[in-house]
Amino acid sequence: MIVLGLETSCDDTGVAVFDTARGLRAHQLYSQSRMHAEYGGVVPELASRDHIRKLLPLVREVLADADIGFRDLQGVAYTTGPGLAGALLVGTAIGRSLAYAWGIPAVGVHHMEGHLLAPMLEPDPPAFPFLALLVSGGHTLLADVQGIGRYQILGESIDDAVGEAFDKTAKLLGLGYPGGPAIAQAAGHGTAGRFRFPRPMTDRPGLDFSFSGLKTAVLTAAQSRVLDAHTIGDIALAFQEAAVETLVIKCDRALQQTGHARLVVAGGVGANQLLRAQLRHLGAKLSVRVHYPRPEFCTDNGAMIAYAGAVRLQAGQFEALRFGARPRWSLTELTTL
Amino acid sequence: MKLLAFDTATDACTAALSLDGQVLERFERRSQHSEHLLTMIDALLAEAGLRIQQLDAIAFGRGPGSFTGLRIGAGVAQGLAFACDLPVLPVSSLAALAQGVDAGQVLAALDARMQQVYWGAYTRNAQGLVVPRLSEVVINPEAVTPPEGQGWIGVGSGWDAYGDMLASRSGSALARWLPDIVPQARHLATLAAAAFRDGLAVSADQAQPVYVRDDVAVKRRGPA
Repeated sequence: MIVLGLETSCDDTGVAVFDTARGLRAHQLYSQSRMHAEYGGVVPELASRDHIRKLLPLVREVLADADIGFRDLQGVAYTTGPGLAGALLVGTAIGRSLAYAWGIPAVGVHHMEGHLLAPMLEPDPPAFPFLALLVSGGHTLLADVQGIGRYQILGESIDDAVGEAFDKTAKLLGLGYPGGPAIAQAAGHGTAGRFRFPRPMTDRPGLDFSFSGLKTAVLTAAQSRVLDAHTIGDIALAFQEAAVETLVIKCDRALQQTGHARLVVAGGVGANQLLRAQLRHLGAKLSVRVHYPRPEFCTDNGAMIAYAGAVRLQAGQFEALRFGARPRWSLTELTTL
Repeated sequence: MKLLAFDTATDACTAALSLDGQVLERFERRSQHSEHLLTMIDALLAEAGLRIQQLDAIAFGRGPGSFTGLRIGAGVAQGLAFACDLPVLPVSSLAALAQGVDAGQVLAALDARMQQVYWGAYTRNAQGLVVPRLSEVVINPEAVTPPEGQGWIGVGSGWDAYGDMLASRSGSALARWLPDIVPQARHLATLAAAAFRDGLAVSADQAQPVYVRDDVAVKRRGPA
């Protein structure tokens, strides 16, 4: 089955073609992050306006890259939620209409399920069950993944997402947007030990996260000092250490609690090299195999949506002749296969 | 010619199939256009016994109006037209609104929220088609300037929200106003058919909304 996948949940326009027989055929991504950087963060209305300009040209390119015609497509998948309502609506409107006019089934995909399944696009995909750590600008959660649609959330952030903490800290330090790469780069010039920030909620049992206290600690440290390059590097380093160690402590707990032998790390923060190094140590300690999507599929992309959609279409799922966004949609509400 | 037309710029979801002048239509006035639009289109095609590939063109209300509504309309137009390689006719939703009034001079106003209206003035040509007399604007009702001449008819949700102010600004130029009229796809189809004959069709990816209100975000000043 050959499926076109569309992703428009936030500030990336992603398009891909996944073929259940031959794997990923083509994918393209257009990132709006430079446009939003001028506003200091994602402006939802501008995101929607850009998606509707960029999506079809990207579809055209991807079909050409995959060297397939309209008649070869057997399904269309698009992100229905969670995410920005207006941005999601662009993808669902175009995706559902394409499928209708082509006379093929359409399926709405949960964005986070896309992320969870992104490692399935790699040569050595993880088998079920596994523990998943989803870390991005919008989400921080640990899920017990038993199969497609069988997700139990073991813990999640009670306030800011970890990626959001990276973004806000970067903004505070006068670094760029998105904050993840900016913090990591600045931390490379920092000296360890000058600052130490809290590892929130690690001093008590449980798998939930909190990052707003960490953000406040950084703010307090930054406000009382002159922000020269050394201080910025030192704060970035201490922040990154605290955020990463917090994630790793919870992964350690969750792996011991579930007994799973595989850990999947997905979402944009999964590209962080310090996180990867520390999880490598944790994996060695617990004899757990750690799986990552390739870096370009850690962040939002169309490939993961095409894949998740193909799996669900193959199982016979399809949408009625309507579309719409589900800006808030829990991973635990999905149909199981 | 065989033309599919729809408009989702206002709280009305309206679709029409124009087949060499004969018109079939569907109309819904519930809020979720995304729930109805494709079903309405499918019902129209079924009623006409047509496949979508047999159409000559697709027309949609490109705005101004509700941003979300415009993207629903433009998104569906893009998807259908791209899939079937059909030309698209973007039509002003204000012009479609004006076209639906049996009058020679029309002041079309749609409620733009934030104490503003989308505003356009139209007269009619020899073929009975409305022609814009000024560029579409988003404007405070108290800033509207009175049109020249007399016998103008006000129409649209802008007159519902700000009728007294718009009427006082229009002065003796205004004959009366009809606040309950919404853009309808059958009138949009009339304008689109003429635009098609005039060679104004565009490709699917150029089926873009025209928001008119473009100051939707403020850039931050300086670094950080």
